[in-house]
Amino acid sequence: MTDSKYFTTTKKGEIFELKAELNSDKKEKKKEAVKKVIASMTVGKDVSALFPDVVNCMQTDNLELKKLVYLYLMNYAKSQPDMAIMAVNTFVKDCEDPNPLIRALAVRTMGCIRVDKITEYLCEPLRKCLKDEDPYVRKTAAVCVAKLHDINAQLVEDQGFLDTLKDLISDSNPMVVANAVAALSEIAESHPNSNLLDLNPQTINKLLTALNECTEWGQIFILDCLANYTPRDDRESQSICERVTPRLSHANSAVVLSAVKVLMKFMEMLPKDLDYYGTLLKKLAPPLVTLLSAEPELQYVALRNINLIVQRRPEILKHEMKVFFVKYNDPIYVKLEKLDIMIRLASQANIAQVLAELKEYATEVDVDFVRKAVRAIGRCAIKVEQSAERCVSTLLDLIQTKVNYVVQEAIVVIKDIFRKYPNKYESVIATLCENLDSLDEPEARAAMIWIVGEYAERIDNADELLESFLEGFHDESTQVQLQLLTAIVKLFLKKPTETQELVQQVLSLATQDSDNPDLRDRGYIYWRLLSTDPVAAKEVVLAEKPLISEETDLIEPTLLEELICHIGTLASVYHKPPSAFVEGSRGVQHKRLPGSAGSGESADSPDTGSAAGVSEAPPAVIPSQGDLLGDLLNLDLTPPTTSGPPPAPSSGMQMGAMDLLGGGLDSLMGDESEPPPVPQRTDTPQSPQLSHQSPSPPDYSPTELGGDLGGSPAMGAGFGAPPTAMPASFPPPVSGGLDDLFDLGGSVGMPMGAYSPPKSIWLPAMKAKGLEISGTFARRAGVIQMEMTLTNKAMSIMTDFAIQFNRNSFGLAPAGPLQVLTPVGPNQSIEVALPLSTVGPVMKMEPLTNLQVAVKNNIDVFYFSSQYPISMLFVEDGKMERQVFLATWKDIPNDNEAQFQIKDCHLNSDAASSKLQGSNVFTIAKRTVEGQDMLYQSMKLTNGIWVLAELRVQAGNPNYTVSLKCRAPEVSQCVFQSYEAMLKN
Amino acid sequence: MIGGLFIYNHKGEVLISRVYRDDIGEAGLKAEQPIISRSVPKPVSCLKRNAVDAFRVNVIHARQQVRSPVTNIARTSFFHVKRSNIWLAAVTKQNVNATMVFEFLYKMCDVMSAYFGKISEENVKNNFVLIYELLDEILDFGYPQNSETGALKTFITQQGIKSQVPTKEEQSQITSQVTGQIGWRREGIKYRRNELFLDVLESVNLLMSPQGQVLSAHVSGRVVMKSYLSGMPECKFGMNDKIVIDKQGKGGGSEEAAKSGKQSIAIDDCTFHQCVRLSKFDSERSISFIPPDGDYELMRYRTTKDIILPFRVIPLVREVGRTKLEVKVVIKSNFKSSLLAQKIEVRIPTPLNTSGVQLICMKGKAKYKASENAIVWKIKRMAGMKESQISAEIELLPTNDKKKWARPPISMNFEVPFAPSGLKVRYLKVFEPKLNYSDHDVIKWVRYIGRSGIYETRC
Repeated sequence: MTDSKYFTTTKKGEIFELKAELNSDKKEKKKEAVKKVIASMTVGKDVSALFPDVVNCMQTDNLELKKLVYLYLMNYAKSQPDMAIMAVNTFVKDCEDPNPLIRALAVRTMGCIRVDKITEYLCEPLRKCLKDEDPYVRKTAAVCVAKLHDINAQLVEDQGFLDTLKDLISDSNPMVVANAVAALSEIAESHPNSNLLDLNPQTINKLLTALNECTEWGQIFILDCLANYTPRDDRESQSICERVTPRLSHANSAVVLSAVKVLMKFMEMLPKDLDYYGTLLKKLAPPLVTLLSAEPELQYVALRNINLIVQRRPEILKHEMKVFFVKYNDPIYVKLEKLDIMIRLASQANIAQVLAELKEYATEVDVDFVRKAVRAIGRCAIKVEQSAERCVSTLLDLIQTKVNYVVQEAIVVIKDIFRKYPNKYESVIATLCENLDSLDEPEARAAMIWIVGEYAERIDNADELLESFLEGFHDESTQVQLQLLTAIVKLFLKKPTETQELVQQVLSLATQDSDNPDLRDRGYIYWRLLSTDPVAAKEVVLAEKPLISEETDLIEPTLLEELICHIGTLASVYHKPPSAFVEGSRGVQHKRLPGSAGSGESADSPDTGSAAGVSEAPPAVIPSQGDLLGDLLNLDLTPPTTSGPPPAPSSGMQMGAMDLLGGGLDSLMGDESEPPPVPQRTDTPQSPQLSHQSPSPPDYSPTELGGDLGGSPAMGAGFGAPPTAMPASFPPPVSGGLDDLFDLGGSVGMPMGAYSPPKSIWLPAMKAKGLEISGTFARRAGVIQMEMTLTNKAMSIMTDFAIQFNRNSFGLAPAGPLQVLTPVGPNQSIEVALPLSTVGPVMKMEPLTNLQVAVKNNIDVFYFSSQYPISMLFVEDGKMERQVFLATWKDIPNDNEAQFQIKDCHLNSDAASSKLQGSNVFTIAKRTVEGQDMLYQSMKLTNGIWVLAELRVQAGNPNYTVSLKCRAPEVSQCVFQSYEAMLKN
Repeated sequence: MIGGLFIYNHKGEVLISRVYRDDIGEAGLKAEQPIISRSVPKPVSCLKRNAVDAFRVNVIHARQQVRSPVTNIARTSFFHVKRSNIWLAAVTKQNVNATMVFEFLYKMCDVMSAYFGKISEENVKNNFVLIYELLDEILDFGYPQNSETGALKTFITQQGIKSQVPTKEEQSQITSQVTGQIGWRREGIKYRRNELFLDVLESVNLLMSPQGQVLSAHVSGRVVMKSYLSGMPECKFGMNDKIVIDKQGKGGGSEEAAKSGKQSIAIDDCTFHQCVRLSKFDSERSISFIPPDGDYELMRYRTTKDIILPFRVIPLVREVGRTKLEVKVVIKSNFKSSLLAQKIEVRIPTPLNTSGVQLICMKGKAKYKASENAIVWKIKRMAGMKESQISAEIELLPTNDKKKWARPPISMNFEVPFAPSGLKVRYLKVFEPKLNYSDHDVIKWVRYIGRSGIYETRC
């Protein structure tokens, strides 16, 4: 018998026919009909009309038919909640059935019916099933608690199901334990601060016992849960590791990877001189290699994880290079990942082999793969100095192939090699110049231009080459434009006599004909520099560049630590923290590795402060900063010595701002045990730690910088002519900025009253038969009030006042009746204050803060609309934790950021801060960069929307810049208006 | 956890859709987030369609080749595996254990094949009710549950072996088996003849440079068993594992081990079926287990040291001008001359612009297959310590393609009757204390098969 026939009935009147069949007396016919219904459901046809008929089939002893009906119910109950109630009785009855399979089926299905009304009926049967004598029913009930929690968390807590679930961790049946653990873990994830999964040595022991006995899936749940535990000391850590290591031989890769996660985490606590530590390291390599013989999809996941593991503990796989060699038939995603790991493992010992492989790959077909292979050769050159020469000659060979994308990729990496080994391989420049015409990708063009500019003195026709690019200047991408501007300035400084015309041409192109603020600003900076002090310009632009570091593309250490805690999961596949792709509260909780036993500090003590981490070596690479440095280098403005001329103000500012965006600060504040990477920011060219994320200096992303450069208003204002004012000196660079940030604490001034706009006339007397209403909104002691003056300009007495609001964006509604107790006589006016609540019906208004009001009196009903300042809605508990702030700031996509200018405001930053605090805009941190104060502020609206702000105040400059980030970007405009109103009031 | 599971045909039509969680429906549908967070109830069917469609549009119908088995669309993650023309996709909005999801998808494929054979559109349609019932049982609220086919067959109603209502004892037996410690075997199995089949299946992988240098070589092996044993037997499996032999050698004198002439092998890593007691293996390195009934894979292992490479391929490629290529390939068999290798196939890739090929081979048959861009040389049987050769003249069309021909490696397929890793089964003991049959009443069969995995020589 085949089921496919059910898919084919698409006649008219089908529903009617099915209805008849469903009500048939014959069991077989009924069953057939239900199958047909389910087939229609699968292909997306709406068969909800048959609901009552299908539900009628539910009362049967036949398990098969029952299962079919339940399947249908799960799908349609939500759209037919009232009908679904009909099924409740059967469910409740089935939960008492003598057959445990039916009991379990009933409780399982009931949990899948996500209808509020049903959940109430679910509680009693569920309670019984959680204590059922049969383990099969108990394990199903355990999952059901998680389902119920998803529908109605409060109900689960009120009914005490969580405690019952906790008890199940001690159940005698391993599968019940595993499911209880899984359910609790998921529930705990949505309550980050609850102590639901109270992991203590006793429960851990129970879990470890169950681990040996339960199914493969159960083992995964338990291992993933174990990974959240922090052992008390190294001994406990070791004993857990010992009991987990046997899992490394499991056939299921997920069991293996979850075990690896537990081991990687707990290893942090073991002293490195311990014998067991070495044994453990050795035990980890073989299972990881074995994962590479699994199916390609699993290989991919494994490789993404190995990439993390290799960064954290390179020693584990250092001898296993060969297994990462690419096979001809590997899917492309496996190939690309293997290549990445090969570069990470490359060392002097194996470089010959690696290079031979890479050369082989560079002749493959897949374009992405070939590009990456070429780039990898360059990275090898940078990483292993001994191999540099061979790499360069390999790259030259590849350039000779004249395959367009190979050539371009090779040029990009050769530029990095020049940076790493200055004055060594410049002889190849001639070969590179031959290929100038074939370059059509921005990155390659930019790289080539950089090379020409940097080595202009060695290239005879450098001016001609650059001039040829200039023709199509406006068609180039920003990256190329910026690079071209810099290169021509360099050329001019090197050969001033012949190139004056060229430099003027490019400066005018950049400053007058371009809409790009980055380009314009850089143009102005150069212009100004060249016109005021050419010697200084030379010192700045042609400054010696710091060497680039050998390790590239490393993941930032705090993120890496977090990702190690997420081995095996999606986060480790994406190489992003869960908060980046999971909605809601689940992702916000950041996991961290436990502190190592050696350093003697506990990861849990929040007050260790930044000083505690000094003993540890500073992390070598902070990509977000690297980016900045790359950008800065790109500007070629790094001062060669401390006495050199200051860099342009925008660059310093941009660093500060970018840093916050990029998360460098996050690593600082989010992770107290790590030393702040601040020193890197003040890098002088000699600094050995310099590094950048991508090996290409022209990695200048205009979108990232956004309007940051616009933050120097003097530049913007001076459009069309070179800027006239440049600050002459600067406070010592940013190193102090962070301290400022930390000691801000309670320095916020006394809160003043919330801002309230002056009253304005909402309803003129002419329109309302003599009634004039003027009013305003205010927030007083946490209550939103609408304060009105009612004036009677008519001849008769007015009485019986009442008020009503239309639905509005934030659910504003009168909290009580309008209190006008005495009649209002002619020419009399009275003041009323109407408290408002925010629980009214909601409808999005345009503009957002529009409020439509109806006022009634004994004469008529009048309508008017008014706009309230959104600051009324800022609630008192709108102060975010710093860490949460940083995480949220990062988490909100950049598209949601809005930037505004507030003009002519003459407050200093502290005054502004306290003024804003009066209106529940809380300053979370403040720092000072280059004479500019940055205030980081948060506020929360009554409906729970958070708005984050960065306010930039520069002493002596009346123009403020506000950047707002919010998950609901629509509110930004209103918030900005409020800001302006609050500050100027 | 897993929010939903979909099965598509190659056109992107949904054959099976099972949604476990509401959240996944919203994939790709939100152009903008509503400011006011009050959800308006929408019909479920409409919600989940969005996830279904998002996957179809972005993955199945994507113009580009699949770049990753995990895709994130509008904060929803899709995991997919493909079996012939069928796509299986798991969907989630949470940070799930990705390895587990893929393992589950494979397991799902295994279970389906165990029920109805090949996974094809036809078979899926024919068994959709069964698939729904299975999905209900093995994935609860997105949590994988017991997925051993042996156990499932006891209580899945569709085409299950139980058609009548089980008795009370049977019921509790089923539930204790599904949740119990030995979820893979039921009690009360009886056979008149207790029999065991043990296959050591190895695939030997090689990547060799044109000069004959081994770039990488490894054997991945599997021990596959068929057991027809009564009761709940306790089994113990032993092989010539270097660690075990060395340990014994210490106790009983290494001479003995040397005398018996038994070579031991170094196993890099091994993984076991869930029936094997891992903690015992970890502490004593002994492999003990209560076997499932019927077919199963007891263990997988990997070795890289002292591999017997059954064949050596020696390529010689010469370019004669721009339009001609001379290829000579010699293969040498490298094992005992009394053994016979079978199903030998050598595949020599040819450039895309090949216009004609002339072939001369000493043994077997060779053919140029234009559609596959390769010369395929087949030899039915070949004894050990022999040598054979093929030479080919390839004529090329002149092209103005700048890019050189990539010269893919020459690959080989074969089957040999021994284990290239050198693995030997030393014993497989069976104890069943309750029933009265003893270890030597059990009939045991052992067989070794070595096959080529990816066996390539660059040229």
